Amino acid sequence: MIGLSATLLVLGAGRIAGIAGIVGGAFQGLVRGSLQGQGVRLAFIAGMVLAPTLWQWVKPLPESVNVASTGALLLAGLLVGVGVRMGNGCTSGHGVCGLSRFSMRSLANVMAFMGAGFVVVYLIKHLL
Amino acid sequence: MNILIALLSGSIFGIGLIAGGMTNPAKVQGFLDLFGLWDPSLALVMGGAIAVGTVGFWRAGRRERAWSGDTIDIPKSRVIDTRLVLGGLLFGAGWGIGGFCPGPALTALGAGFMPAVWFVLAMLAGMWVHDRFLSTLFAKPPAP
Repeated sequence: MIGLSATLLVLGAGRIAGIAGIVGGAFQGLVRGSLQGQGVRLAFIAGMVLAPTLWQWVKPLPESVNVASTGALLLAGLLVGVGVRMGNGCTSGHGVCGLSRFSMRSLANVMAFMGAGFVVVYLIKHLL
Repeated sequence: MNILIALLSGSIFGIGLIAGGMTNPAKVQGFLDLFGLWDPSLALVMGGAIAVGTVGFWRAGRRERAWSGDTIDIPKSRVIDTRLVLGGLLFGAGWGIGGFCPGPALTALGAGFMPAVWFVLAMLAGMWVHDRFLSTLFAKPPAP
């Protein structure tokens, strides 16, 4: 379904379904005081936020189990916020769209974030 | 037209994330717990997404215009630099700690999941910090 969504966005509207770019771009607009031109991004975000509601019309949502304290969540969010802007993408932008295009840049970014993810979880689960 | 497509696309994306288990931080950590109780199923989610996406992007590469009539806006940079990799490392670290990446966090927020709310607030703060203070770190000096 995720692939379908990315395909739809690129063929239908000509944009990459990279959440980091979509959220980051819209947010920049917000910070600068104008949301003009951000319609496509905001619509995509709205779609994502609405998805659970749509899902629930058909059946109950699967469980979401939290893994971090509030403080850790805030730290995690900060790291992700900085990281996806610096790297210009995330799991959907580089991971799905980039790899679907056979982009070496994306591969480098994906290997970096997967590697970091594995190491960090190892530290959290097995060493700390 | 673009907006409707984006809205539909976003919804499908969110539904896909929920179906794939990406909105469950415990499942994400399970996938990243390579040396422990490894749950590889998220690899199938990403693999499946790429399989479908490959077809889509191949088609997009051969067209000049999207269905809506707009030009197709695909990045062309091929540079692999420190910024790209460091950004990936930071992102991956946050992903491992919180079990969220941007898309699932927004979808989980839409479901009213409180941890996702904290995460998204911090993520926006992090994006702001980067754009305001860090984006010049890797700026190339002007060409002579």
